[in-house]
Amino acid sequence: MKKLRLVLIGNGMAGVRTLEELLKIAPDLYDITVFGAEPHPNYNRILLSPVLAGEQTIDQIILNPLSWYAENGITLHLGAKVTGVHRTKRLVTAQSADGSLIEAEYDRLLIATGSNPFILPVPGKDLKGVIAYRDIADTETMIETAKTHQHAVVIGGGLLGLEAANGLMLRGMKVTVVHIAPWLMERQLDDVAGKLLQKSLEERGLNFLIGAQTQELVAGEDGRVKAVKFKDGTEVPADLVVMAAGIRPNTTLAESMGLLCANPRPGGIVVTDTMQTVTDARIYAVGECAAHRGVAYGLVAPLFEQGKVCATHLAEFGIGRYTGSQVSTKLKVTGIDLFSAGDFMGSEGSEDIVLSDPIGGVYKKLVIKNDQLVGACLYGDTADGSWYFKLIREGRTINDIRDKLMFGQALSSSNIGDVGHQGQNKAAAMADSDEVCGCNGVTKGAICKSIKEKGLFTIEDVRKHTKASASCGSCTGLVEQLIMATVGGDYSARPKLKAMCGCTELGHQAVRDAIFTQHLTSIPQVQQTLGWKTPDGCASCRPALNYYLISSWPKEAQDDPQSRFINERSHANIQKDGTYSVIPRMWGGETTADELRRIADAVDKYKIPTVKVTGGQRIDLLGVKKEDLVNVWKDIGMPSGHAYAKALRTVKTCVGSEWCRMGTQDSTQMGKDLERAMWRMYAPHKVKFAVSGCPRNCAEAGIKDVGIIGVDSGWEMYVAGNGGIKTEVAHFFTKLKTAEEVLEYTGAFMQLYRKEGWYLERTVHYVGRVGLDYVKKKILDDHEGRRALWAELQFALDGEPDPWFDFDQARVDLRQFEPVATVPSVVPSTVPAATTSA
Amino acid sequence: MTSWITVCRIDDIPLLGSRRVARDKGADVALFRSSAGRVFALLDRCPHKGGKLSQGIVAGEGVVCPLHNWTIGFCDGKAAAPDEGSTPVFTVNLDGDAVQLDAQELATLGTDLPLPLAGPCTRRA
Repeated sequence: MKKLRLVLIGNGMAGVRTLEELLKIAPDLYDITVFGAEPHPNYNRILLSPVLAGEQTIDQIILNPLSWYAENGITLHLGAKVTGVHRTKRLVTAQSADGSLIEAEYDRLLIATGSNPFILPVPGKDLKGVIAYRDIADTETMIETAKTHQHAVVIGGGLLGLEAANGLMLRGMKVTVVHIAPWLMERQLDDVAGKLLQKSLEERGLNFLIGAQTQELVAGEDGRVKAVKFKDGTEVPADLVVMAAGIRPNTTLAESMGLLCANPRPGGIVVTDTMQTVTDARIYAVGECAAHRGVAYGLVAPLFEQGKVCATHLAEFGIGRYTGSQVSTKLKVTGIDLFSAGDFMGSEGSEDIVLSDPIGGVYKKLVIKNDQLVGACLYGDTADGSWYFKLIREGRTINDIRDKLMFGQALSSSNIGDVGHQGQNKAAAMADSDEVCGCNGVTKGAICKSIKEKGLFTIEDVRKHTKASASCGSCTGLVEQLIMATVGGDYSARPKLKAMCGCTELGHQAVRDAIFTQHLTSIPQVQQTLGWKTPDGCASCRPALNYYLISSWPKEAQDDPQSRFINERSHANIQKDGTYSVIPRMWGGETTADELRRIADAVDKYKIPTVKVTGGQRIDLLGVKKEDLVNVWKDIGMPSGHAYAKALRTVKTCVGSEWCRMGTQDSTQMGKDLERAMWRMYAPHKVKFAVSGCPRNCAEAGIKDVGIIGVDSGWEMYVAGNGGIKTEVAHFFTKLKTAEEVLEYTGAFMQLYRKEGWYLERTVHYVGRVGLDYVKKKILDDHEGRRALWAELQFALDGEPDPWFDFDQARVDLRQFEPVATVPSVVPSTVPAATTSA
Repeated sequence: MTSWITVCRIDDIPLLGSRRVARDKGADVALFRSSAGRVFALLDRCPHKGGKLSQGIVAGEGVVCPLHNWTIGFCDGKAAAPDEGSTPVFTVNLDGDAVQLDAQELATLGTDLPLPLAGPCTRRA
């Protein structure tokens, strides 16, 4: 079967990223030809500023070397100018670098011609020494000019202009920035932040002419520019003039082809949510040259999202949709901390929260509308930039954290775990040799190096290539700060709707909803109904789907042991050498002499190497061989402790009124009641309770998913606490009178979490996502609803088997414990032809 | 001339699952059965830190090691990029529904690769 032909016009980041995504999902569908105007293979245009500033070299910013094109069988024409496209013949005509004619036929055409810089239409704009700032050639010109000339004028005090000015100044030139608007970076900053920025840059040696209107670029005798003249008659010397006054989509070719482009011209090639042009279904456009829902994006993160969607359509999957992006900006001027996202100026109906410390050089403005964060402008302290951006994108209500919102992630709800990174919260303050990821031993320097050298843009990229934040996730916030600081505003934050895994575009919520509304009861049914991309799913989605099915349709959906992680399949915790640990259940942390004897006897009989007491108030036997598990369970004769499961683990108790002179309530009995009522309950993640008999709280109930604290008049209930990776104090939930109420409210909260939580969310993440107010509404205010939830949970748990004993009912495949065969390791030639037992 | 040893029937291996063949010397051999019904065999030892691949989750034609989530392909025993490493692959022969392994490989392949240790025996003296 002959391959289809794909022609890409434009060898920049948006187009090539689309090719990369396409090659991932349909590597053999097309013969690909690329036409690029520049003489270089695809490079990271964002990092031109660090190159100008002397922090990186051009070689280091190449994203796809020539070998990449060759390895993927892509025909690359560098330095080629496409002169025309005949849409009926489906033919692209171009002039190669040496002047010869090149023709390429296409079945699909992808236009990614990027932007042209806006050149001020003033006399002298074509003089030698007047350049734009778009590509490697411009950058090299600036570097060379700085060696031989003195005065530079940058026209445009926006993001790009300031980066150019800074770079030229570092190279020794005397730089003046001309900006027509009342303050710098007016598209990203308000006036206060803009003036702070100007002051900071002036202290570094840059000069500014705010509000000046350029009239003419004056030539010297040698034909090179020598000065810039303004409308008010004044002049500034200039050996180099950099036009950084904005960009316009490059649609000259598209218009000549008759493709619809947006108004006002040049406004970008109009595309739909599938990145197809509205004029010709065989032609797609991505990147800065495309206008999607009226917006032509100039930052890279949206372009990568477009590329991903476009690739799914080129691959003939036909399902991807691009619906637009929220963007954020970060100035890439080393040492200036600036971040902006969303509607930072505010509009009618919005309100501001402002923190202003001019002497300290910090200015932060948060714009809130309808209880949501809609904009953020941070100067001087941008550590929380990615968190604010996440809140803006998620659009979640911030009422419950409003009073702490300005003080950042660390105080409101953080993305940084407490441990594993020496207490550092701000990546910028860390040295290169400091360890950022404690699980995998990855330093800040190693992460930054990897980001720059391998052209990484997302947290997933960094995880894959360095292992940082790939294990416990404690350092995720720090790693995100590093990505943002290195890549700037083009950092691709985690998308609002994160797909469950690589097998689907759907997120957890969409899948959960579909399972409920369409009454799906098996994994194959889910995969078929929701269009799973892979026949078997993967190690991420299968366990999640399995959980969603059995929690949504108890007694109907059947558990699939092959889709459970090993611990839950074997009902024991796998250790690093392939042996297992056994933790029998001890109700409320109490045991008897008889149980202890049975445990001790098993340790001797099966030669179990280690006996350890756990934090959950029970005993752990480590090093049990898999083939001994069933017998160990039988000999000990105690129920499964579910220490290996995403289920109720333990209910820690303190001694309480039964024994303790301080005890106000009988915490041990309450704990046992809770444990007996809810053991065997599977959940999106592990669940831990504790009950203390008085406010001294010896059972540490303040860091549990549900913590119950006895007081004289009853019980206090706390929820969504977390020990571990990120210690979270549980929130006070409600005050209850009786033990029955404790069971009902705890059970209802658990059932809500079971039905709505996303797989691998602890209660702290679930409540953080939906808001404590929402949970209170469902459990405290809606009495009928609460009782119904409690009844649902009891129904689901009724008859639920103990997997250590009821193998059939618990669908424990006993074959897994034994080897299927044992073979002697004797070389065949020495084995007699037939052996019968002696 | 390969000498085949029958170790089990296809049905003894759960679909999308695994069974292990114990040997006197060296790590077990892990048998896998894909959803399409194909049978594969790898040394039951992940190239990363020796984890037992037979305990992992099977998807497509590979298994995810239960210790640190490395994905090992059945056809070549190689870890999926960007992880690097590979584990020995055993030849499988199907005779009707009998699953057979090469006797020579069973006796010698991967037998000197060290097994992971845990527990008090790893403590410094």
